[in-house]
Amino acid sequence: MTAPTPDALAPSAPSAPPVASGVAGRARAPRGSRRRTVWRWLLLLAFAVFFLVPLLAMLEFSTRGAGGRTFDAWRAIVKDPDLVSAITISLELAVLTAVGMLLLLVPVATWVHLRLPRVRRLIEFICLLPLTIPAIVLVVGVAPIYAWVTYFFGESSLTLTFVYVILVLPYAYRAIDNGLGAIDLRTLAEAARSLGAGWASVLARVVVPNIRGALVSASFLSVALVLGEFTLASLLNFNNLQVTINLLGKRDSAVSVAVSLASLVFAFVLLLALSYVGRRRASSGVTEEG
Amino acid sequence: MGYLELRDLEKSFGGVLALDGLNLDLAAGELVSLLGPSGCGKTTALRIVAGFETPDRGRVVVDGKDMTRVPANRRDMGMVFQAYSLFPNMTALGNIQFGLRMREVGATDRRRRADELLELVGLSPHAAKYPHQLSGGQQQRVALARALAIRPKILLLDEPLSALDAKVRVSLRDEIRRIQGELGITTLFVTHDQEEALALSDRVGVMSEGRIEQLDTPARVYREPATPFVAQFVGVTNALHGLADGDGVLIDGHRLPARGAAGHPRGSAIRLIVRPEEIGLSPVENGGPVSPGALTGTIVTQSFLGAFMRLTVRLGGDDGQLLRVDVPSLEAERHSPGSKVAVDLAARPPIVVAA
Repeated sequence: MTAPTPDALAPSAPSAPPVASGVAGRARAPRGSRRRTVWRWLLLLAFAVFFLVPLLAMLEFSTRGAGGRTFDAWRAIVKDPDLVSAITISLELAVLTAVGMLLLLVPVATWVHLRLPRVRRLIEFICLLPLTIPAIVLVVGVAPIYAWVTYFFGESSLTLTFVYVILVLPYAYRAIDNGLGAIDLRTLAEAARSLGAGWASVLARVVVPNIRGALVSASFLSVALVLGEFTLASLLNFNNLQVTINLLGKRDSAVSVAVSLASLVFAFVLLLALSYVGRRRASSGVTEEG
Repeated sequence: MGYLELRDLEKSFGGVLALDGLNLDLAAGELVSLLGPSGCGKTTALRIVAGFETPDRGRVVVDGKDMTRVPANRRDMGMVFQAYSLFPNMTALGNIQFGLRMREVGATDRRRRADELLELVGLSPHAAKYPHQLSGGQQQRVALARALAIRPKILLLDEPLSALDAKVRVSLRDEIRRIQGELGITTLFVTHDQEEALALSDRVGVMSEGRIEQLDTPARVYREPATPFVAQFVGVTNALHGLADGDGVLIDGHRLPARGAAGHPRGSAIRLIVRPEEIGLSPVENGGPVSPGALTGTIVTQSFLGAFMRLTVRLGGDDGQLLRVDVPSLEAERHSPGSKVAVDLAARPPIVVAA
């Protein structure tokens, strides 16, 4: 619903007959609406330029060659074993982080909604902490723990999963919490329990399918965050895509820029998918109410 | 000993007593309603039976077995909730099969049982629909079928009709009674709607402040309320003030017969409970004679309620007590606001309760 314009809210002049005032209001409304549309397009264009120009510049730089355009840098992405390994590790980390986050947060958030609604704010606060703590402080705190992590799990970069699960908590918890808030969780869980479902079945057959959109959102956000993460991996001396891109930048800037662009586009596609899922969820909600 | 026994149930929430020593027995196949205002503890009692709450004290016994600490998913109780509780990700058929799936019933048997129940609730053509494609009444029918699919020991109904519009409510109410009668399933029904409770139940338990004030057949609860609370909560009631006088009562200087008056000391203040439809009215023509024992009054207002007219009558003078009287609409033409009437309370002597 569009808000009424100030003109529409202003009282008409005492001498003007009500009909005339109404006609004037109707005549003004389309003009205001057209103006808003123009502004919308101008803003969209400005943002498009702001975001696309650097991306186009990256594309231009990564395809620059001695005798014209070349895709050598892009081809090198799949030929460089270090890069392929870094891409693989980052993708594995993204998947492991998303899975770890879901395994941790879905039962906890469900339990908090059902049994401990009073601690909901506290849990939310704890989950938001990684957002407020600078990465360098986080590393200082996490480094001694990682001495033990590497002792037990080896020195694989995949151990970054533990710290990445913490890193994605603020975004993922909010998405899952919203999803749980959008359904009548208590009644659904009690209905399932009365029909003989144990807690695992309640989670797997009732909760998860009904907050699927929220879980996809949380997972996409986690994946996007992990694919772009550099600071923690670098300071903890692990190798991931961003660390490798950084090293590569010192050796072959064209390949480095090509990989950066590819990962940006990948994250962008993920976010588009996220917005599509969110819109579909919203529209299905309307249908349910109707 | 009943099939379902609730023994001395007590439950508090943060210092607020929700159940205060509740006792209730249900015979096998019986439908008992717990009726009461919001906060009287009826839903808490139902949730304790279902296993969603644990009592602070007392026991829940089903068929001789103590179920007080048995988890909800192992109690074999079907429940229909006040809120629409169908799983949105499943069709009507999927919802009905859910409990059977949890019991690892084979696909063929599951399908056959679900089809039987869809037919029982008259929703076979809607088997493939999702909850958001069904109306409120249809959703509650599916919820009922889902609860019955597991052949529960007890059926628990937590105000399942309250979210429905009036017409659907009445039709589903009749359907619940029919199905319950056909299956002979022991049922505990919780409601704040007295019409629902009176129409559906074998017995009604009227609850107040965590206790059952009266547990009896609907007719007796209505006609012979055991306490002032029951009298005032169930049905429309007049409460007249008077004085005990042996086996009768004195109101405005008139002595009237009354049930239960003998138990009160002579001269003590009492309240007289009388239903509007149990009062006789006749016009007093030009100050003409009034039958002995009848009170006189003046009609103050009248409201047309379809089959009957509700009249407000002021007894005696200007500061007299007000009385609501229901008369058939066709007879009401004899009365109009301002006219004098003789009020006859003797046809069915009123009940005396302590003031």
